[in-house]
Amino acid sequence: MSHDQFEVLSNQAVAVCAAAYFLALLAHLAEWATARSVPATATAEESGTASAAGGGVDVLERVDVDTDRVARFARIGVVLTTVAAGVHLVAVASRGLAADPVRVPWGNMYEFTLTATLMVTIGYLLLYRRFSLDWLSPVVTGFVLVTLMVDVLLLYTPVVPLRDALQSPWLVIHVIAAIIATGAFTLGGMCSALYLVKERWPNTREGGYLSRLPGLDALDRMAYRTQAFAFPVWTFAALIAGPIWAQHAWGRYWGWDPKEVWAFITWVVYAAYLHARATAGWKGRAAAIVALIGLATLWFNFVGINFFFGSGSMHSYA
Amino acid sequence: MVSAGSTTEGHGSTTEGHGSSTGRSETTGREGMGSAPADPGAAPLAPREFLRWAWRQLTSMRTALILLFLLALAAVPGSVVPQEAVDATKASQWRENHHTLAPIYQKLGLFSVYDSAWFSAIYLLLMVSLVGCILPRTRVYWKALRARPPAAPRNLSRLPEHRAFETSASPEQVLERARGALRGYRVVSDVAEVSRLAGARTSTTGGEELSLSAERGKLREAGNLLFHLSILVVLVGFAGGALLGYKGGVIVVTGNTFANSLSQYDDFRPGSLFKPSGLAPFDFKVTDFDVTFIKEGREAGMAHKFSAGLDYRTSPGAATRHTRISVNHPLTIDGTKIYLISHGYAPHITVRDATGAIAYSGPVVFLPEDNTFKSWGVVKVPDAQGPSGPEQLGLEGELYPTYAFTDATGPFSAFPDDKNPALSMLAYQGDLGLDDGVPQSVYALDKKGLKPILKPDGKPLRVDLMLNQTVTLPDGMGSVTFDGMSRFVKLQVSRSPGDLVALGGVVLALLGLLGSLFIRPRRVWVKVRRDGGGPDRRTLVEVAGLDRSAGGDLAGEIDQVVASLRGAPQQEPVRDEEQV
Repeated sequence: MSHDQFEVLSNQAVAVCAAAYFLALLAHLAEWATARSVPATATAEESGTASAAGGGVDVLERVDVDTDRVARFARIGVVLTTVAAGVHLVAVASRGLAADPVRVPWGNMYEFTLTATLMVTIGYLLLYRRFSLDWLSPVVTGFVLVTLMVDVLLLYTPVVPLRDALQSPWLVIHVIAAIIATGAFTLGGMCSALYLVKERWPNTREGGYLSRLPGLDALDRMAYRTQAFAFPVWTFAALIAGPIWAQHAWGRYWGWDPKEVWAFITWVVYAAYLHARATAGWKGRAAAIVALIGLATLWFNFVGINFFFGSGSMHSYA
Repeated sequence: MVSAGSTTEGHGSTTEGHGSSTGRSETTGREGMGSAPADPGAAPLAPREFLRWAWRQLTSMRTALILLFLLALAAVPGSVVPQEAVDATKASQWRENHHTLAPIYQKLGLFSVYDSAWFSAIYLLLMVSLVGCILPRTRVYWKALRARPPAAPRNLSRLPEHRAFETSASPEQVLERARGALRGYRVVSDVAEVSRLAGARTSTTGGEELSLSAERGKLREAGNLLFHLSILVVLVGFAGGALLGYKGGVIVVTGNTFANSLSQYDDFRPGSLFKPSGLAPFDFKVTDFDVTFIKEGREAGMAHKFSAGLDYRTSPGAATRHTRISVNHPLTIDGTKIYLISHGYAPHITVRDATGAIAYSGPVVFLPEDNTFKSWGVVKVPDAQGPSGPEQLGLEGELYPTYAFTDATGPFSAFPDDKNPALSMLAYQGDLGLDDGVPQSVYALDKKGLKPILKPDGKPLRVDLMLNQTVTLPDGMGSVTFDGMSRFVKLQVSRSPGDLVALGGVVLALLGLLGSLFIRPRRVWVKVRRDGGGPDRRTLVEVAGLDRSAGGDLAGEIDQVVASLRGAPQQEPVRDEEQV
């Protein structure tokens, strides 16, 4: 296949995987809609709003049927997400093959977003079984779908070769670390956001989505785990690999370029999150808010910097 | 400090000895914010107590958190307002465009946020707070490191994970198996302790009791301390580099040489402790500059694989060596690094005056303005002879490397390579202002004392030149010739001695961080008790665990310990608290 054909393949794969994400989102929405008629105790043990599912045999049978349907929709959703992730991977890989010479597909914002959303999906799928993440499914599929749409509509760039400044092995090291950290921070941020929602409305309708979320402690722990994983990766990407590369390419480790400034801000805010989580009076709600601020600075750094200070940043291509 | 070690959701209080790991959080937890350790409603504090109170406040976790937020917030303006140290040209442009705001911003230090007093104050306070936290914690940790794992608490079932089962094995066998199962743990079964405990229990239960304490993951706190200590190392490295090092920029036209001395730099930013004698005595000649512009396809016009050839000598007497530098491949001479930053054109311009003598001749650096390398430059001719005595001439205007023209766009550069170079400059006469004693930019004309040279029809004269053309100035003032094209390279020469210290610090910090986040400190206790007497005596085994960090699968680990203690499958366990 020629480079141009790979580019077409990549674009088509993005469209196909977006469609698959959309179907997965629909399946998960159907899952949660069906679940509304089933008492939370029938499907999920972790729900805190358990109550006796009173009523006669009819009710119980209906509950059984609905429980089956809930499980089936959940399975369909996860299978569709897995398929979408596979096609997504094809989109990313063919994007790299489309360039002449072949290169890693992280040369601009479009490609970065494409890969970062894939990381979110992969992270979610990897952790799905171990932490029973069915409650996270609609959020992940919805998020990935919307981000991909924005990516295609606003950030799309035709394939071009890497500019000289990017031709360095550090591109691979620095950017893949940044992408992994971004994906993990995003997953963690979703948990923190759900934590805040659940914390704000603790007594929702029984059987509803919120009542099926894990308890506050579990949400907090999940958020902490993903973000505690992402933090050292981010430290490596932004404060070790980045400066080493900057030293090679631009002659200074750290130059307070807008992108560097915001990477530093993100790092400081997540450091504050880790501290807040261990401080009396900051645990829980406040820590979750700090985590979301951190996520906001991360995404702002990634997208906003280029739009607002694009010309002033040496990272204007990223 | 990331004292996640004390975040076991209140479990720390279930056994003795856990609450004593003095972390920042606990200090604040005990004392709260803004309350003096002494009597809250009492008379004003004595100076010493006030100091102690202030120190405690400063080193509390809350203050550290607030300082972290302030640091993040304080860093923001530096990305919005152009910074002197990052892009001096941009900063001065901004100043010119914002007459009212500029003086205020200047006072606030917004043009150099990262060495302003307030930014420094925040991170220095943060460092003091950090030291105030590390020191006591290191002391506590040092003690804890040598301490034995605490003895089994009296009531194991109150711990977050607890299992109990019966077995026919003897207590000694069970404990022996436990030692095997708890590989990686520091295991202790203190005889004196056990006998005391056993003694206390014999009267109530009528059986003998043995216990075993195990602990692992003490390195978490070491990682935590290492991480915070390394941040100090990084700062020291950066400060050292900034104080002792320097960074300079220079534009060199191909064929010209550069010797490493202060007068040769276009801009030079030394650290406060830098001495000019510290400049390495190298020199080099830029022999050539190579660039390929992509000619076809979407990316047409993009510069590709550019590099400069250098003939350099490490000192005036040394042998000359040749090398090529390019982006991502700098040249290092005795710790000083030379980077290729950018490139551009330097057209050769010759100005003849009214007498026909050469008043100016040579390559003139034109600074690129966009991707097509349309460039802007200035020629200053201070010593020309006019028709009526000495006068000064000035030229300013554009260079188009590949000149093209349409009615819609006017003149433009169709391609960045020099396929069809053209100059288009306005000419001035009068006083260039070079004798005012005020330093001038070589890239701008001071038009105070200058007036445009006019054509006979009264319009300003535009000197439009293709390569090898000459334009005659009106009124016999002379002529301007476009002789040829050279390229220039912009180089950065810098030295920052603390770099390796800083880099080492960051790597250590990462190691410490990994330790402090992923090492899971935990304690496990095993208690065995013989019940009753006779040949079918049973041994009652209790296993309990305490996770001293958040997260981690303690339940699973305790289950594994239980499984290996039971050895061969026996009766169903008497489990309690399976789900926590």
